Amino acid sequence: MLSRLADSLYWMSRYVERAENVARFIDVNTWLSLDLPTGYQEQWSPLISTTGDDALFAEHYHQATKQNVIQFLTFDTRNPNCVLSCVTAARENARLARQYITLEMWEQINRFYFAVQAAAQSATRGFQPRQDFFSDVMTACHLFLGTLYATMSHNEGWHFCRLGRLMERADKTSRILDTKYYLLLPSVDAIGTPYDDLMWAAVLRSTSAFEMYRKRFQQISPDRIVEFLVLDREFPRAIHYCVVNAEGSLHSISGTPARTFGNPAEQQLGRLSAELNYIQVREIINRGLHEFLDGIQVRLNKIGDAITNAFFALQPVPVVSPYPGREA
Amino acid sequence: MLFEGYETGNFYDEMFEADGSPRPCARLLYERIGSVGDAELRRYQQAAEQALLRMGITFNVYGDSAGTEKIFPFDIVPRIVPAEEWLPIERGLRQRVHALNVFINDIYHEQKILKDGIVPRDLIFSAKSFRQACVGLKPVKDAWCHITGTDLVRHGDGKYYILEDNLRCPSGVSYVLQNREIMKRTFPQVFDDSNVRPVGDYPSYLLRTLQDIAPAGTTDPTVALLTPGIHNSAYFEHAFLAKFMGVELVEGRDLVVMNGYVMMRTTKGFERVDVIYRRIDDDFIDPLTFRPDSMLGVPGLMDVYRAGRVALANAPGTGIADDKVIYAYVPKIIKYYLGEDVILPNVPTYVCWDDAERQHVIDNLDKFVVKAANESGGYGMLVGPHSTAEQRDKFKEAIRANPRNYIAQPTLALSRVPVIVEDHFEGRHVDLRPYVLYGKEIFVLPGGLTRVALKKGSLVVNSSQGGGSKDTWVLSC
Repeated sequence: MLSRLADSLYWMSRYVERAENVARFIDVNTWLSLDLPTGYQEQWSPLISTTGDDALFAEHYHQATKQNVIQFLTFDTRNPNCVLSCVTAARENARLARQYITLEMWEQINRFYFAVQAAAQSATRGFQPRQDFFSDVMTACHLFLGTLYATMSHNEGWHFCRLGRLMERADKTSRILDTKYYLLLPSVDAIGTPYDDLMWAAVLRSTSAFEMYRKRFQQISPDRIVEFLVLDREFPRAIHYCVVNAEGSLHSISGTPARTFGNPAEQQLGRLSAELNYIQVREIINRGLHEFLDGIQVRLNKIGDAITNAFFALQPVPVVSPYPGREA
Repeated sequence: MLFEGYETGNFYDEMFEADGSPRPCARLLYERIGSVGDAELRRYQQAAEQALLRMGITFNVYGDSAGTEKIFPFDIVPRIVPAEEWLPIERGLRQRVHALNVFINDIYHEQKILKDGIVPRDLIFSAKSFRQACVGLKPVKDAWCHITGTDLVRHGDGKYYILEDNLRCPSGVSYVLQNREIMKRTFPQVFDDSNVRPVGDYPSYLLRTLQDIAPAGTTDPTVALLTPGIHNSAYFEHAFLAKFMGVELVEGRDLVVMNGYVMMRTTKGFERVDVIYRRIDDDFIDPLTFRPDSMLGVPGLMDVYRAGRVALANAPGTGIADDKVIYAYVPKIIKYYLGEDVILPNVPTYVCWDDAERQHVIDNLDKFVVKAANESGGYGMLVGPHSTAEQRDKFKEAIRANPRNYIAQPTLALSRVPVIVEDHFEGRHVDLRPYVLYGKEIFVLPGGLTRVALKKGSLVVNSSQGGGSKDTWVLSC
């Protein structure tokens, strides 16, 4: 398929995934703050770290108050990773790929865009977004994903969509875990108090993992949360799951047999996937979770660049016309 | 009731006779509208607009940074063309498109028509749209203009006239198809009973036409549609047509000339393209041959085209036949090549190039519509009766400075169709753009884009100037 089209599908999918993650993180944090006792300091600045935009935030805002953070992450278009920017970018990419995606997908992304746009307009008139705005955003993302699965052939383009989504998701899960884990770390010894439990549960909720975690491990424990969010093979937001399935899509696209590679993207992703296959949670904790997650993020970025080079950025060949300047 | 107090004025109304009774072709629709009631009808109109918005058939409002988008206005009352009126239109279009293709081929080869003095030689060589680079080129089957969108108007005398030939990159056909989809949902019963001819097969005919013109020896040609990109106002249409033909939608940066062929960049390397339906003007398709500053085209494309290794639709150079001065000669062109009288007449046209005609135009500027020979989209145009003295003075100056560039036509009393204005109907002027495909055979789409000037009294139907559109129903009996 056309390189530019593959590029658009990949980014369309990434931006929808990003919007969903940002919205969920805000949503979970809001509910959590309601459960905490009065006077307990609310934690809003970590939300900014999960999109990696701390410097940009500091440029435009003085304090990481709830209102500022929500505005920055939802409607402030100076932030390329806010919900509105993500949905706009997803829609622009969908427009570029419009002849390829299905009408159902296009209509869904449009409805989604107009809804977020309308909320942004009322926000400029001083209305804070209603709380269910964020769950609406998540639902809209799920609907888009549903139309993608149910209406589009599971062909090369679909695999580019899946690849983009899983790369984005692996990155976001790793960032959410990284930020939250360090905030909660001092209280590891005090496990069992009601608030710690609530806050660890919030880590799981931020990645939509709470229910599935309970089914697997029941009791809340930091190590097991790390194990679940990093190494689980079945939970669709776990880093391991994302990496293994992204690898699958990459091989479906290129046709290269599994466990071999035909380009640097496959080589790097395959290597990361192999490591996650065999590493144990104890090793991760002992080595240092932050270092480990940071390493994952760096490698995911490199793999993203390698994907761009392998599929989207074919180099042009210079042309010289035998009839120069035929017509002025 | 909504039609109460509806005035046809002194105009030909497409829906009503002069005495106010519905025309036979519109009776069913009239009854249906009467039976649904005002509120319901307005709900239909809103539903149609919402569907267009949801489908993203929108354009950006300039100067609005909040990203407000608007739909191209659409009115749910269709324009109905009875079968007996359509027949001569279709025959006339076939005749015209056939003759114009022969004309273009002659101009870029033997130039018999110039030698025989039917069309003045100077007129051709002074035309901006004449392409020296196209002289001697041999497009497949001598077909130059594969896709035409001819503008017709109906005058107060009830007759159809050709207003303009659009032979370069005519747009609007996607609205024909989209409007029809919406109308089928709005008035299903009327469709059931009135034998409206379908238009939905246009993409199949278009694809066949494009495959027909593939370079000789290509089996299973790869067709691509070349668009300037998402910021172009017709991008929706480009994506729409590519999608419904199942062909790639490409931008200039997706294409590259390699080893004498046009290739597109794909995830699996470079793939050859055989036919390009380009929606970019000649000027911009190849910076090495035409405008060197073009960022939209493909460097070297024309060399591949000259070598017969890629087909372009429309062929470069077709613009010569839609120069508005050449337009005035089309009846003679038809007579010359086909030996036939013109079936669909031109609007009487004064060519400012001619001294006597120019003087007449300048003396009567307040009665004429003046058009620049090479503009489209309603630009470079003066509607005399609606103009100010200052505007007329400007045009007089422009005409004297460059007489070759202007023609004038009497102001026509364009026919009208009812449109919904808040809680009632008012008549608005319309034109009609049918689409003609020219490959192995000629196909005239039974329908077309009815453009409507939504401003009260306005005669300018272009979407860039406050125009909207309507569905066009051609009846089969």
